[in-house]
Amino acid sequence: MTYTDFTIGAPIADTAAPEGPIETRWERRRFGVKLVNPANKRKMKIIVVGTGLAGGSAAASLAELGYQVSSFCYQDSPRRAHSIAAQGGINAAKNYRNDGDSVHRLFYDTVKGGDFRSRESNVHRLAEISLQIIDQCVAQGVPFAREYGGLLDNRSFGGAQVSRTFYAKGQTGQQLLLGAYQALERQIDAGGVTMYSRHEMLELIIVDGRARGIVARDLVTGETTSHLADAVVLASGGYGNVFYLSTNAKGCNVTAGWRAHRKGALFANPCYTQIHPTCIPVSGDHQSKLTLMSESLRNDGRVWVPQKGGDTRAPGDIPEAERDYFLERQYPAFGNLVPRDIASRAAKNVCDAGRGVGPTGLGVYLDFADAIARLGRPAVAAKYGNLFQMYQRITGEDPYSVPMRIFPAVHYTMGGLWVDYDLQSTIPGLFVVGEANFSDHGANRLGASALMQGLADGYFVLPNTIGDYLAGSRLTPVAHDAPAVVAAEADVAQRVETLLSIDGNRTVDSFHRELGHLMWDHCGMERTDAGLRKALDRIPELRHEFWSSVKVPGSAATLNQSLEKAGRVADFLELAELMCLDALHRTESCGGHFRAESQTDDGEAARDDDHFSYVAAWGYAGEGNAPVLHKEDLQFTYVHPSQRSYK
Amino acid sequence: MRLNLRIWRQDGPNDKGKLIGYRVDDADEDMSFLELLDVLNEKLILDGDEPVAFDHDCREGICGACSMVINGQPHGPQKATTTCQLHLRHFHDGETITIEPFRAGAFPVVRDLVVDRGAFDRIIASGGYISAPTGAAPDAHAVPVPKPQADRAFTAAACIGCGACVAACPNGSASLFLGAKITHLGELPQGQPERDSRVVRMVQAHDDEGFGGCTNTGECAVACPKEIPLDVISQLNRDYLHATTTRR
Repeated sequence: MTYTDFTIGAPIADTAAPEGPIETRWERRRFGVKLVNPANKRKMKIIVVGTGLAGGSAAASLAELGYQVSSFCYQDSPRRAHSIAAQGGINAAKNYRNDGDSVHRLFYDTVKGGDFRSRESNVHRLAEISLQIIDQCVAQGVPFAREYGGLLDNRSFGGAQVSRTFYAKGQTGQQLLLGAYQALERQIDAGGVTMYSRHEMLELIIVDGRARGIVARDLVTGETTSHLADAVVLASGGYGNVFYLSTNAKGCNVTAGWRAHRKGALFANPCYTQIHPTCIPVSGDHQSKLTLMSESLRNDGRVWVPQKGGDTRAPGDIPEAERDYFLERQYPAFGNLVPRDIASRAAKNVCDAGRGVGPTGLGVYLDFADAIARLGRPAVAAKYGNLFQMYQRITGEDPYSVPMRIFPAVHYTMGGLWVDYDLQSTIPGLFVVGEANFSDHGANRLGASALMQGLADGYFVLPNTIGDYLAGSRLTPVAHDAPAVVAAEADVAQRVETLLSIDGNRTVDSFHRELGHLMWDHCGMERTDAGLRKALDRIPELRHEFWSSVKVPGSAATLNQSLEKAGRVADFLELAELMCLDALHRTESCGGHFRAESQTDDGEAARDDDHFSYVAAWGYAGEGNAPVLHKEDLQFTYVHPSQRSYK
Repeated sequence: MRLNLRIWRQDGPNDKGKLIGYRVDDADEDMSFLELLDVLNEKLILDGDEPVAFDHDCREGICGACSMVINGQPHGPQKATTTCQLHLRHFHDGETITIEPFRAGAFPVVRDLVVDRGAFDRIIASGGYISAPTGAAPDAHAVPVPKPQADRAFTAAACIGCGACVAACPNGSASLFLGAKITHLGELPQGQPERDSRVVRMVQAHDDEGFGGCTNTGECAVACPKEIPLDVISQLNRDYLHATTTRR
């Protein structure tokens, strides 16, 4: 039952965004939304799945407004959501440096950085809200880096020529998440939020066409229970773990979003994945995850490989004249600070040409010798000390004396559930925030923009827009024994039982690794028609093998980590096929999606605006049926699409 | 390399639990400690045995999920390193390694190496925040923060909430965890309005959860993978004393 075709459905449009001048759209939308009176808010229940930057900030902010919130996370504590691992920083158009930044410039940079595949309305709103985010976080006690005068410090980041990135050493995500987590805990203590840790959403409950709840499994007792509400918010993160090896946490998964997709939510641009240029290379077959080295390192580190292939000399023995600082050579204007997609592909190209370094040949040097000579070791240590330490722990090498070796790795997914300007999916009452939606980054996300989007969605956008839905819908209570609820619970029970009963001869991880290899080879940094077709042939076979020969030990009635993984991998095996199909149908190159057939003479991504200036929003048509493609046309009124150039 | 593992196995909170021996013949010095357990678990599953349950997530030393005592030390032998970032190059071929959960009265075992650290969340909920509802913030530059204070706040805020300090403490005290949050928020101007009430409420929550008192043994700061300094406990005591003795 392989399929590589699809049907074209009706076009889709974002009708929530107001027309007219972009600078006032958000203001006008906020005035246009219906309000819920405070007494009614107390009677309304909202489920938030996920406690990262988007989910944590949304749950806290909604509870502050007076809604009854139920918050779910699979980790043992909401503080452990993977936003915690974001290192580099968060963008905001404060222009505290007086270097020409503005809301319009951040808007422009983000639309361009996304290779003209995002919505102007959304991106402009993001740039506006960036200002409030920093204020909010400082008020919460987030300890951003400061200068001696007591004011906030900034740094520049990949893809930008202004210094607009706020940071807390290499732990910005941690500090921002702890701010949101503390706000969430405050609401838990006040009774506004009921917290369900170690709970995983396994199904969405839809009643009369509206999202009205979820079925969740208590990961400790194994009990599956339905939770009902007036609206459901998914803040369940990205799907990079479809590649098995990525910088995501081991538990990150697509299940919440994929279950919603199967129930009717459109999935937009699934092929847009971000491969981050600076990660520690793979060391062997046992590898379970990849570790990012913050992009901020490219501010002072210089990327190079030997000029000649097969040069096995130690890096220190290779004279300056025999080194190729290929980013500085190819992109003199941006140098080592080119956006992530460009830096990653450049590294891949030199490795493909046989000039890669390290035992596997899949690595390039990131060298701090010049920075140490210029600034002194203490200054470099103050900026990057914790990152250097992390590198040394993992590789056993000292980056103060030997250049780091880095290689690109899967890091972020720009695709996700389709949402309108209000962040509502195509299922009424189902809202999607943060990395789980597709909205703001187009085909490539700029550094330090993920934290900005997660917090914009959770603190400021959703709390304003969700009221419009709640005030405008006359929702009647759903009974726990309503047919849709009972059916959703039964589906979950059936699935769990099936996974445990197969008792085959391959572990979940072995399937996941094979899927990951397949995706990396054919739907990774470079995609071709032939490769994608190969993957599309193999994925359904692999899925079939999974459902006939996977071995999941233990029972459903206890903490069973193999069972958790099995459910997640089963969903990845379905998502992977849609990703490849999306990548196959988009015959242009754009941002992180590089089709080998579509490149300029000098090897850069060649967009095809005439045919592909749209969001590809895919509908689920049932198992074994070809998905339905709904196109949302992208209009560019303020930033004129051009060939991205960082030369 | 070949390693002999003695691993704590316990079916649930009410099971007594015991150490069971396993052997891994194909370990590699570039593996992380958790990858060693992955390899063991793959083998156990195919042999029809139950894999070892352990908490882990980011595997890059920041989420604070991993929580095991390795040869008697929380997070094992390497300084300032979580279990997920510990690599086998710090062990030798043929070595026997004992692996147990973080043990403390306030951290009941859930299964095998997994413990319940919900008490930490409840301590934070009791007052470990600055009340700044969304939308109410002044401009970020309205209140400058002297760099030394901002830096100290950051150092304390780097706590990952793993609980190694509790596991290392002979009294099962969470004073380092508590002191870290008190210091982080207390150093900042934004944290001043609630400074006294915060420390009183958090100390109460800490004691109610069944954590022990601090007797200054300092084991916590040695075990801390983020090197939270011991002086956050002095700060905690100072703030507590101030809050409970000053007349208002």
